[in-house]
Order: sequence, then structure tokens, then C-alpha cells
Amino acid sequence: MALKQRSVLPGFGLTMGCTLSYLSLLVLIPLASLFLKSASMSWTDFWATVTDPETLGAIKLSFGASLAAATINAIFGLIVAWTLVRYSFVGKKFIDAVVDLPFAMPTAVSGIALAQLYSTEGWIGRWLAPYGIEITYSRWGVMVALTFIGLPFVVRTLQPALEDLDIEVEEAAASLGATRWQTAWRVILPTILPALLTGFALAFARALGEYGSVIFLSNKWEKVIPMLIFTKLEQYEFADAAAIAVVTLVASFIVLLFINLTQWWSRRYAA
Amino acid sequence: MAGTVALKLTSGARRQTTEAIAEPRWVRWLLIGVTLGFLGLFLFVPLMVVFVEALSQGWRAYVYSLADADTQSAIRMTLTTAAFAVPINTLFGVLAAWAIAKFQFVGKSVLITLIDLPYSVSPVIAGMIFVMLFGRGGWFWPWLEAHDIRIVYAPAGIIIATLFVTFPFVARELIPLMQSQGTEEEEAARLLGASGLQTFWRITLPNIKWGLLYGVILCNARAMGEFGAVSVVVGNIASTNTMPLHVERLYKGGCDSELAAAFTVASLLAMLALVTLVLKSLLQWKTTESISPEELRYTGD
Repeated sequence: MALKQRSVLPGFGLTMGCTLSYLSLLVLIPLASLFLKSASMSWTDFWATVTDPETLGAIKLSFGASLAAATINAIFGLIVAWTLVRYSFVGKKFIDAVVDLPFAMPTAVSGIALAQLYSTEGWIGRWLAPYGIEITYSRWGVMVALTFIGLPFVVRTLQPALEDLDIEVEEAAASLGATRWQTAWRVILPTILPALLTGFALAFARALGEYGSVIFLSNKWEKVIPMLIFTKLEQYEFADAAAIAVVTLVASFIVLLFINLTQWWSRRYAA
Repeated sequence: MAGTVALKLTSGARRQTTEAIAEPRWVRWLLIGVTLGFLGLFLFVPLMVVFVEALSQGWRAYVYSLADADTQSAIRMTLTTAAFAVPINTLFGVLAAWAIAKFQFVGKSVLITLIDLPYSVSPVIAGMIFVMLFGRGGWFWPWLEAHDIRIVYAPAGIIIATLFVTFPFVARELIPLMQSQGTEEEEAARLLGASGLQTFWRITLPNIKWGLLYGVILCNARAMGEFGAVSVVVGNIASTNTMPLHVERLYKGGCDSELAAAFTVASLLAMLALVTLVLKSLLQWKTTESISPEELRYTGD
């Protein structure tokens, strides 16, 4: 079998050559060098770095806060997507457009805005401070920042799935005597579950790598993984930084694989 | 083709029957309320804080901190970065999309996955790989120092790191669009004697222009707003600053006037985000509006 099918269109060699060279120079070779750097460590050094209490603390905080943020986004994202697809109300188009704000807003801007808002003197923080709840400079702050940046993922993956829902199936369920709640739980939710899981995983993966907004809401003693990598780099501990980075990269590739499997699985059952 | 149009029309009609299986009124109001409350708390209030804090010391202070020399140089650096990153990645995006969408070859899905790779790499790791290559103690450092070339801790590093993080944006928009358009029009142009460039310029480009613009706008927003990768590459060198880095330094400065100045620079970036959203929505409405009637006409023949 030929590697490429014949075509009357020109420019395959040129465009493919440029694409592959640029991709290799900018992305593949630099990323590969990261893996090489960590491979230059002995296995015991690698293991010692990764299981160091500081690293483990960062991994725990990153995974915990990212899971919590992705869960919040899955629940509220489902409600937001449902409302935007099924109901009509004043300002809906505007609301729909604004959902993408966390994508468009530079992370540093989101970070300082949220930090200010949830500080003990901030508009929201001052109402929580009397109850001893401090959000800015705590692990709760990390969760707030990660919720903000992951917000569009669930909404944007669910919207097309909800639009594609077959209304007739819902009508059939209703005519067979199902309550609206039963229909939602037994008919609608299983259909949109792959999209919901994909959105959840995307929000989770994004949260794992987030740096810009988190640093303004976290503190020195509770670091997420990207903050720890940053500190190691500042101290010129390149090998340690590379080891932690490799673990993070592998974790996010696993999430990516999970997303692809979910989509493959949902396509198989849709067909 | 006619089948898909018929389907679309009936799905429009079917929406009318939704009332029969609608939720009770109080549930609808509750869900709309939760939506508005959640988005209000997480999107509108933070956005408002930026502008309120920026103007907390008055308009005079706002203008004054914009005219500040450090702010000006940060704005110039951000514009310069985008001026390099956006055209280069746009060109790459078009080339990659042409190769991937217009030809059939082995390993296509692997290539698409590799192009998406920078999306799933943490910005800090993106910056770090270039520090490890070009930074002090990095592999190319002795050579670079011998030739007195600065990449990391300098503008060149900012641009390279930004190139990395904005790498997929244009290609990602164009690949599915050009795949859905197929190759028939281009093939017809070729058979009628058009050269390769003419075909691209007269046939492909008009077909993809809105998708291309969409990708460019997203690419630009990220290029101007990138923080993590750039922050790693620059390190603690105060002289090279982009707008997002300048926001951080002013914010960490701590005193009231610096805080207001941080939000002033942030307000410019927030306006950029708002303009991006407006253009994005306009383009989305434009493409959905212009596609459907054309599609009807196209399939009606």
C-alpha cells in the first residue's frame, strides 16, 4: 500500500515538509529532551524526587483540587448547558457568549481578580471571613481558580450533545408513563454521559497544568505541581523539575487517552 | 445531501413539540436561576472587580499608570510577541491544514494528535523545556554564550515559548473545516488549468476565510495573554516584561497604588478578552447564518 494516495492537487511535499519540520523543531524535539533529561537520572533518584513529601503534597493538592473543580464544573456545567439549550430567556445569546470568558481572559488577570474578590476584604471574601473561611491564600483558593478556568469545558462539550438529543425518545418515555425525573435520569443522562465525562476530563486535565491563576490564590506552603516545578527551576534543580514534569505529562496523557476511549466507546454505541 | 436537509427541517419542527415534555415551571426557573447565579458569581463579578479596582484611585491615576514607562514597554513587548507568534503560527496552520485535509496518507490521525500536543502540556512545562535547552546549565548554553546569543531570559525566549503554546490554534480550526469541504472544488480548478497558488488563493482561501479569522483571533488572545510559559522563560529578569508578567509584578508589589496599577494593566487585557469574545460570537453567528441557506441552495440543485 502506498503511503499516500495520488491526487491532482499540488503542494503535498512542501506543506507536509514544512509541517513536520516546524512541529519537530518547536514541539517534538524540545519535549523529547525533557524525557531524556529525566532519563539521565538514576531510577532511585527519580523515585526519591517523585515520592519526596514536598512533591507528594503538591500531587495530592493538584489532583484533589482539580478533581473537586472538575466535579463542580460537571454539576453546574450540566445545568448551564441544559438551560442554554432547552430554555429561552432574555439575554441568552449574551450569556452563551460569556461562557468562554475563562478561555479568552489571560490567566494572570483571572488570578488577581479572583484573589481580590475572595480576600478577607474582597466583595465575597468579607462575608465568609466572619465564619473563619479564608479562600485566598488557601487550598480553597486553588479550587476556586481551577473551577473558573475549567468552566467552559463541560458546557461546550455538553451543548452539542444536548442539541442532538432525540426529543421523540423523551416523548416516548413520557407517553409510557415515566415522570420527567425518571426520563432525565434513565433516558437523557445515559445518552449525554460520554460528553459529560469528556468535559469533566478536559476540565480536569486543564486544571492539573494550570499555573497563572493559581499562584495568586495559593500560598507558599501549599503548592500545586506546576508551582513546584517553577520553584525547582528557580533553584536550578533541572533534573528534579524534569522528573516531576514527566510524571505530570504522563498523567495528562492518560487523561487524554481516557477522553479518546470515551469518545470511541460512545461512537460504537451510537452506531 | 437532500436527506440531511430534510432532517434539519424536521428537527426544527420537532423543537415546537418540546412543550409536551417540558419540566414544571418552578424547575425551569430554578435551573435558569442557578445558571445565572453560578455564571454571575464566577464570570461577571470577577470581570467587574478588574475594572472597579483599576479605577479605584480615579481616572487620573488610571491614565497615569498607563503612561508609565514600564507599562509602555510591557505593552510593546506583548505586541511584538503577538506580531511574531500570530503570523508564523497562522502560516503553519494553513500549511498543516492543507497537507492534512486535502490529501490521504498513512499516519494522519497521529499527526493531528501531535499537533494538539501543546494543548495538553502545562504552560510551566512548555516554558521549562526551552529553559532546559537554552538556559543557564542547558544543553545549548555553552554555544549560545560563546556566540553571545541570548534566548532564555530575553525577548527571543518569550517569542519561542509563545509560539509553542499558540501552536495548535489555527491548524485546529482549519483542519476539520477543510476536511468537511473536501477537494472537489480545488480539483475542478486544477482541471480547468489554474496553478496551485491560484487554486489556493481563489478557491480555498475564500472558503476558509472565516474559520481562518476565528483561529487567528483565538491565537492572538492566547499569544497576548500567555503567562505561565513566558514567566518560566523570563525568570526573575525585570527588564523584559510582557503585560501579564507586568500585572503579576505590580500585584506582588503590594502597596495600594501598585495594586491599582496592576488592575489597570489587567483591565487592558480584560478588554482584549471581551473584544475577542465579541468577534468570536460574531464569527460564529456569521458562519452558522451563511452556511445554512447556502447549503440549502447547494443541495437543492
